[in-house]
This record gives sequence, structure tokens and C-alpha cells, in this order.
Amino acid sequence: MDNLRLRFSKTGRAVYISHLDLMRTMQRAFLRAGLQLKYSEGFNPHAQISFALPLSVGMASYCELMDFKLNDYISLAQIPLRLKKVLPEGISVLEVYEREQKFKNIKWLDVDGSFEYDERSASDILPELMDFFSRDSIVIQKKTKSGMGEADIAESIRSITFDEGDGRIRLKAIISAQDPTLNPELLVSALKQLSPQLAPDFAIFTRTQIYDSEMNVFR
Amino acid sequence: MDKRLLRILPKVQKPARYTGGEYNQIIKDKENVDIRMALCFPDTYEIGMSNLGMKILYGVINEMGGVWCERVFAPWGDMEDEMRKAGIPLWALESGDPLTDFDAIGFSIGYEMAYTNVLNMLNLSGIPIKSADRHELTPIVFAGGTSCCNPEPMADFFDLCVIGEGEDMDRELLLLLRRAKKDNLSKREFLSEAAKIDGVYVPSLYNPIYNADGTLQKIEVLDGAPELVTRRLVTDFDKSYFPVKPIVPSTEIVHDRVTLELFRGCIRGCRFCQAGYIYRPVRSRDPDRLIKQGIESLENTGYQEITLSSLSTSDYRPLNELCDGLLDFCVPHSIGLSLPSLRADNFSLDLMSKVQKVRKSGLTFAPEAGTQRLRDAINKNVREEDLLNTCKIAFEGGWNNIKLYFMLGLPTETDEDVLAISDLAKKVLFLWKSHAVNKSKGVHITVSTSCFVPKPHTPFQWEAQVDMEEYRRRVTLLRDNMRAKSITYNWHDADTSLIEAVLSRGDRRVGSVIEEVWRTGGKLDSWSEYFSFQRWMDAFEKCGLDPEFYACRERSFDEVLPWSRVNMGVAPRFMWHEREMCYKAELSPDCRNKCTGCGALSLMNGGCCDG
Repeated sequence: MDNLRLRFSKTGRAVYISHLDLMRTMQRAFLRAGLQLKYSEGFNPHAQISFALPLSVGMASYCELMDFKLNDYISLAQIPLRLKKVLPEGISVLEVYEREQKFKNIKWLDVDGSFEYDERSASDILPELMDFFSRDSIVIQKKTKSGMGEADIAESIRSITFDEGDGRIRLKAIISAQDPTLNPELLVSALKQLSPQLAPDFAIFTRTQIYDSEMNVFR
Repeated sequence: MDKRLLRILPKVQKPARYTGGEYNQIIKDKENVDIRMALCFPDTYEIGMSNLGMKILYGVINEMGGVWCERVFAPWGDMEDEMRKAGIPLWALESGDPLTDFDAIGFSIGYEMAYTNVLNMLNLSGIPIKSADRHELTPIVFAGGTSCCNPEPMADFFDLCVIGEGEDMDRELLLLLRRAKKDNLSKREFLSEAAKIDGVYVPSLYNPIYNADGTLQKIEVLDGAPELVTRRLVTDFDKSYFPVKPIVPSTEIVHDRVTLELFRGCIRGCRFCQAGYIYRPVRSRDPDRLIKQGIESLENTGYQEITLSSLSTSDYRPLNELCDGLLDFCVPHSIGLSLPSLRADNFSLDLMSKVQKVRKSGLTFAPEAGTQRLRDAINKNVREEDLLNTCKIAFEGGWNNIKLYFMLGLPTETDEDVLAISDLAKKVLFLWKSHAVNKSKGVHITVSTSCFVPKPHTPFQWEAQVDMEEYRRRVTLLRDNMRAKSITYNWHDADTSLIEAVLSRGDRRVGSVIEEVWRTGGKLDSWSEYFSFQRWMDAFEKCGLDPEFYACRERSFDEVLPWSRVNMGVAPRFMWHEREMCYKAELSPDCRNKCTGCGALSLMNGGCCDG
């Protein structure tokens, strides 16, 4: 069975599993579930699996996608039932289906974030934060393959809202997932570089949804 | 998860090793638990999670009702710094609870260089490092594992040591602790009860008294503790517990595969080898049982590799049968089977070809010494013809990567023995030239030497280690005579070998050196990034102890040895006899040929040795 897609969440203690380790973890889970992943041919065969958007270590997600192929036929409904029992804490199967679109059609990403300030009051900072991210252009220095480069991240932010609660600032943003990719950590880098007084002492992000270029939920 | 921890984890290398949550971890309801045990491994997660003993004890202890056993490992330096900065005490992976919440803290210690980590882990937990400074019954801090066959260097730190295999002993100890908690026993009362469990050594019940020259005059026995603590073992190894549902780490570890344990003990009797002496007698597991355990473990973990563990795999009688049975499952499931610890004398190319269907990885042999005379003296029953014949077959079969391991500084070694190592390497190279099927790829012969460390409970326990200068001279001698292009020569540092020799055969006073090293920043001493020879030398000086007294001094048969209250099974008379045989360069038969009556059979309660 080719063209299968698994949607899963990665939260709690599992957020510290790196991308490379996740590939291994998934392969082992499939074996435990008695599901034989299809392998590539050749000298060094590897399981034919791929993940949509590699997730940074420490970031949670409710919308991870993994494409895979199975050697044998099995009803689609069976796959999540079997996987559920064999996944490590924090990784949960949401659904398994036949994929219709390719990962390259993913364009936007919903992220929730939380900014924590140790010494400063979140409510004082809130309006300034809103101001900062309403600029038309936010040019930052970022690492690229060939050293340091400049990027305007404003065009990668489709929308961003902030509110305050429990002494911290919560943000909701729709950012560009691909072409260009905006790592949510860069929202914090932008503050550190351009308005350090607004930079949080600790920030944490969660992916909640992915969309195509027309803002349809991507599946 | 602790909020402070959330902030730290993104900053450290490989955070997944600090979080727990792996598949097959055991979570229990604290409401139904009255004894909590922290099973500690004094090294990193990647090393500790690879350790079969940890997996066995974790499973065995968690099978007990009302007892929850969790894992604890030493953090890497970056994590330790962050923990100390944030004031987060060391926690157990399953619950995330600090070690102060636990009733029993047990360390599994396989090598002496981990001693400083024990102190560091206790300190990171906010627990006093010295037994005498811990007044309450709990947490009771104890240790087991190979290094405990000489419990004296760590005597000031542990409340008790368990000598030998822990499967039964640890359970008995925890049951006693449960009763002690119920009956409100004091720590002292508990310890004198614990000393009645076979295999338990309570350091505070033994008092070393020294002669003016620094040697031991005697070790006094206090409060009715046993004169001799005899090692515990599993007599019915075939049917004993095996973990078929081991934890599957979510991050890569050193031995990331299923490990099957074929047998304990070894028939060979190499005179330098501590494992060969202290795990006797030989006890094997039935091949059908092993095949079943292997398949179950693979299905329960999803591992794609399985390996066989023992001190000498090729001495497992039904090895072919076992491999065939495993391969029947492994081949159709694309699972790799690897066979370590093969001997050069009965190496079977058929077997190797069967298990290495795709790639021909390197072959490793440990002749240990260059001349037949010295190999006979250490009772390493490998003949040069056999080794060379094996290499020839391997070259004809397409292998082109051979590693040879030797020790320098073995008793009776001369320069002739040292130089013979390079001769042997050249012979192997010559064989490749005359027998290789494909010369276009070239050949890699790696020769490695380490400095011999005399170990307690072996025939060489009375031997002097060669001093560092002499070891370095022998290394140079060998290096100058090993100039062939295809031969790489690696040698182990003299520094760590000297420290290891002191810690192996040290007495209770050495504990002050370990403490001083830790106080001046020592930890993770088995890692070259952290080991500092100078720090150890400074500590010896400060404590007024001479490392060479412990490492480089020959003992007489009559000297009271620090581990003389521990009986590992083999009689000291037998070991002394073996030492004499070494000086005559005479072989002793292996246990399968003829029983030499070493004494270990007395541990079996009437069971037999499968030698």
C-alpha cells in the first residue's frame, strides 16, 4: 500500500525527541504494530517514510504528517488501532488516510506561543509587542547555508495576535511554513535583535494546524 | 514536568535522554507503592541504557508488588551546570521525582572509573555522600555490580554492597527494607539485619586495621556480621528472569539493539581476566528458550538488530542451532544478527557468512600477547597457527579489516614478547598479501595495546602493575617496530590505567582520594573530555597516599587484601596455584576439557557447572 499518510501529535515529554530520532522511533513503532514499512532497494535499504515539516526539538505539535508505504494490505481503520498501543508517551495517532496532495503544497502554519517575562510585566509589554509586529518590514540577521544573511520576516507572518494572561503573553500566528520557512523561534530572534527590551526570558511554541496557499486545512 | 526544567531542556545537548517517557518504561500508581527504588547508573544515559544488568534488575524489581523501580543516570556536564544553576535536584526518569523521595538508591557499578560519578549524583540529589552523614533509615544507599567485588574503596559512601548477581538478593533486601519501615527500625538496626542476607556486605560492620607499612593487618568483623561474605548467584540461570520487554530509548544509545544472554561464566580461565573468575561457574540457557526470548524481545521493541552476549560466544555449545533458529525469524524480517566475542581458535567462517549477509564488517581478535610463551603464561589458549589460519580464511572470504588487541605489562613480559606483537601483525599482513581475493581495496590491520591492570579475585591480584614509565618504554619499543603502511598502532594511555589499578585494588583509605577528586571537580572520569590525571595525583598527595603502593607493588600470599572478606567463589589457593603456573608458562586446561576444581561449584547448592 503506497500513498499512506499518518497525522499525529507530538506533545509532552515527546517534544524532546529530535527529527532523526523520531524517524527511528516511528520505524520501531511500526514494527511493534506488526506493520511492515516498505523499504528502498539497494545496498543500504531504508524505510520509505517522510515527514512534512521537520519540527524543532522542544516544540509541540498537533498536526504532524508522515507519509509511508506498507508491504501488505491492511484496512485503513486497523492501522491507527494498532499504532496506538505501541507509541511512546507523547506521540498520539490522530488519523491515517490515503494522501491526496503532496507536502510541497503546504504553505501556512498556525502556531500558538507563550512568552514568559521574569522581571518585566507582561501587560506593559503587550502593546509594544503588538506595535513591533505590525511593522511592514522586520529585517533580521539569520544564519543561512552560506553564513549570515538578511531576511524580512514580516512577509512570512500572515497574521499575529497577542493577549495576556497568567502573567505571560500568549500569541497566535499564521506564519509561512515553506518558501520561505519561518521558524517561530525567529519571532524571538527578531525581538532580541531589534527590540531587546521586548524579548521574552523564555518562549515556547506549539504547532496547531497547517494550510495550503488558499488557507484550506492541509491533510 | 518541572517548569524550571522546561526552560533548561532546550539549551542542552540531546535533551531526550533526560525526560523519560520511552516505550516500555514502567509507570506505577504511587498510591499502591510503598517502596520506591532508584536504580542508578553512574554514567550517561547512552551507556547505562545499553547495560543488560540494568534491564534485568529494572524488570526483576518492578515485578515486585508495591515496589516501583525507576532509572537514574548521570547528566552530561552541560546539563549538570544548568541543573546546579537552577537548583534542580537529580530526578528519576519515570516519575520526574527527586531522589530524596526514594526509599532505596542502588548504584550498578561495572567499572571503577565511575566512582566519582556516584558521589556527584548523590550530591546533585542533595543527599550527603557519606554513609555516616545519612542518619535516617531511608534513603538507603547501596551498590552492586562487578566493581563491588572489592567494596572497600567506596566503603565510606555506601550503606551496603550486594556482592554478585542481584536477581534474588535485591528483592530480599527491598522486602527487608519494607519491614524495617513498618517496624520503624533505625538505620543501624536495618543494616545489621541486612548483613544476615547472603551476599550483603555492610562496610560499617568491617573495620580495617593497618600495619605501620600501610598494608592491612586485619579487617575486624563487628556486631556478628559474617566473617566472609559469599557472592550470590542465580543457580538456575536457564529459567531465571530475562527482560523480553526492555525499554526502547527514543534517542540513540551505544548498544541500540536486543541483547540475548547465552550463559554466565567462562570456561577459559585466562589468568588476567576478572570476569572469567568472578562469574563462575558456567551456567547456560537453553537455545529454544533463547530463540523464543529473542523473537519476543524483537516483537516487543521493534529493534532491527539482535546480538548475543556472553564472555565467549563461540563456547556456547548449541551456537549453530541458536543462530539458525534466530535467522529463521531475522532474515524475512530484515533483522541483523551480530556475534561478538568470537575466539580466534574456533572461529567459524560459515557462521560469520551466515550472519553477515550484506556487509563484511571488521573482525576483531584479542590474542592479548605476542609470543606463545606469554599467551601460555596468561592461559590464553590461543595458538598462533589458529589465529593465522583464521585470518587466512577471512582474507580468502573477502574480509580486509582486522583488529588485534593486546596488553602490555602482563606478568613475565619481556621485550621479546613486546616485539613479537609487531611480528604477528606483519605475519597477518603477509597472509593478506598471499591470500586476499580482492587486493584493490587494500587492507587495514589495527593493533591496539592497553596497559595491564591487575584485578582482585584473579591469579594476578598479587601482581605489580608495570609503572607508567616502563609501560611507555614498551609502547615506544613496539611503535618503533611497527612501521608497515597498512598497520595502524593505537595505544591506551598509561594515566587511566594507573588510576584504574589503584581503584581496583585500593583499601578504604582510597575513598578519601575519590572524595577529594570529586570535591575538586572530578566526574565522568571514563570520558577523556573530563578525566584529569593531575587532579588524581594532587588528591593522592593531599591525602598522603602513594598510588604506586596500590598499583605497582607485589603482594605476598599472606598479605591481608582489602577484598579478603569477600568470597567470589574461586578459592585463593587455586588462584595462587594459577599464578605459579603462569611463572612456569604452563597452561591449565579449560573447564570443558577437565575440571580444575577452582571452588566455584560450592556456590551452586548442588547444581552443576556447565563448563
